[in-house]
Order: sequence, then C-alpha cells, then structure tokens
Amino acid sequence: MSSIKFLGAVISLTFLMAVGFISPAVPDTARNDEVIVEAAWARASIGTSRPSAAYLTIRNEGDETDVLTSLKASVSEVAEVHAMTMTDGVARMGPAGAVKLPAGHEVVLKPGGLHVMLMNLKQPLKEGEKFTLTLTFKGAGPIDVSVPVLGIGASGPVQ
Amino acid sequence: MPTWKLLLIGCGLALAISTSLLFGWWQVDGPGAPERKARESKLPLPIGQMDFALTDHKGNRVQATDWLGEPLLVFFGFTYCPDICPTTLADITGWLESLGDDTKHINVAFITVDPERDTAEAMAVYIENFHPAIAGYTGSSQDIADAAAGFKVKYERIVTGQTYTMNHTAGVFVYDAEGRFVSIIDFHESRENAVPKIRRALER
Repeated sequence: MSSIKFLGAVISLTFLMAVGFISPAVPDTARNDEVIVEAAWARASIGTSRPSAAYLTIRNEGDETDVLTSLKASVSEVAEVHAMTMTDGVARMGPAGAVKLPAGHEVVLKPGGLHVMLMNLKQPLKEGEKFTLTLTFKGAGPIDVSVPVLGIGASGPVQ
Repeated sequence: MPTWKLLLIGCGLALAISTSLLFGWWQVDGPGAPERKARESKLPLPIGQMDFALTDHKGNRVQATDWLGEPLLVFFGFTYCPDICPTTLADITGWLESLGDDTKHINVAFITVDPERDTAEAMAVYIENFHPAIAGYTGSSQDIADAAAGFKVKYERIVTGQTYTMNHTAGVFVYDAEGRFVSIIDFHESRENAVPKIRRALER
C-alpha cells in the first residue's frame, strides 16, 4: 500500500470513528494481512443435538486470490461451510468445500446461502454469549473472530 | 321424407349425443375433471380435497379440513435445519408482525418433514422462538407423506456421516378461508412481496 493510500485510509478511518460510524473496539471484526472477517453472528441452539449456523462476511483486500481452507469453532466439534441451493423450490444443503476469495472481492455468508454449519455442539449456543471461530486461509493463515450468539429467530444483527 | 334423409338425421343425432357424453365424461370423471386436474397438477390441492390428519405441538390430532374457515399459511421444514427453516419462520414472524391485528384469525402451520426427530414436544419447544400464531405439526411417516402429497411438497432424507439432513420444498403456501390455494411465497421473496400475498388471502 502506498503511503498516500495509507494516509488516506487512516484519515477516513479517523473520520468514521469520530462521527461514530465505527467503534474502535469492534469485537467481531478481525483481519490478517489483507483478509478481513467481519459482521459475524450465530443462531442460538436448543440444546446440543441440533446443528447451528454462523454467518459472516470475508473481504479480500489483497491482490491475490485467497482460499478459506478450514474452520474451527470453540463450541462445536465440526465447523464447515455449507451451501443452500434451490432446485424447483426444493432446498438442498451440503458442504461447499474450500471457499475461494478473489482479490478485491467479498464473500457474504448469510441466511439462505452460504453458512458455517456448527455440528456436534459441545455446549448449547445461548443468546447473548460469544464464541471464537478460527478461519484458516491458504494465504492469510488463521484468523480468530469473536461470534456473538443471537436468538433462534434472528435474521442477522439489528441494523 | 326419403330414407337417406332420415338416416342422415339419425347419424347427426347419434354424433351429437356421443359428443356431449364424451364431453360430460371429460369434465366430470375424465382428465378435465376439476378434482383430477387438481390432483395431477403441480399446484397444491384445495384444503377441502385434502385427506390427512396430523398431531399438533400440543398433542392434538387435527384434520386438514379443521383449517377451513380461516386463511392459512403452510411451511414444511424440520427443527434440525439450521439455516432455511429458522430463516423462513423468522420471515413469517416478520410478515405477521407487519399485518398486526389482521393475523388474529389466521392459521400458520409449520409441518415437519422429519417426524422421527421432531416429536410434538420438540415442535413445541422450537416454535416458542417465533410468532405465537405459528403452530407445529408432526405425525407418523405416513401422515407426513399424505400431507406432503396434498401440498405437492417433496422431501427426502440425506445421510451425512452419522446423522442426516432433509431436502424439502421451501416455499410458504397461502390459502384463503375457504381453503382455496392463493399463492406460494418463495424463499428469498421480500417482505414487500410477501405481505400483499397474505393480505389477498385475508381479504378474499
């Protein structure tokens, strides 16, 4: 990043902070090099027998494609990206495999699309609590993000 | 009158009679019959033509026809579904909240496609997280198959390692108070689209 670009980023960030758009202690945003993970949240679970889902946005601000190769959650034995697909009105769900992050793009995991399946929960996900999700990228390496748990009936963080 | 004329009239009459008989059969019992048309079409049947019973989340046995008299929303899913089912039930909750008092007289049915795991008790605990108008329904595998056939819903069990998930039709069916099918609200349809569809059913 050129120094002018960097200065520009610092100034705009300071401005945004000053006007209150972003708080300096955003707990659910994490970055490593050029990969940023943000806006993470998960649905509360009923007990531990049912799987739960987590959602987040990954931005690749680098110049090269990166790949999300694996996930690890503190609350479940298994965490993997699944995709929901719709054919003739029938919803199907299955592992999405490694998620590609083209340079300069963002991948949004949201209800009804890609989501992190949290399977074999070690503890119930309770509304208001947080857990740590580690996303490992081929280029950027591991990134820890704090995931707030919202209600079962939540569709995302309240805007 | 010459014989050939009589013969011609006779033939014409016979043709007319057999044509109307054929037409009548076509419309009443044949491929043109409304019931048969409904059964063979991909559209859900009217509630009045459905013949199944389910167990609600309170443990009561109910007939499909018990829904008649009030508009009805129906969604098939299962409680082990982490993504699309809670999303749809949250959407339905949002639609009902937008409709406000109009939803005092509406039935909302969440029918499981996974009766093995979704007992009446499991449904009761699950639906507590959504709008109070939403009722949960389960039953035997046959009950669920019969209900799904009425709504033309498809579902299948997919084994994944030691557990399984379900593929299933994901739209929300909208019926008016007389049990006539009004429309389907597809997944991903906005609230701006969904609410008028429900209003249409409420106003019919």
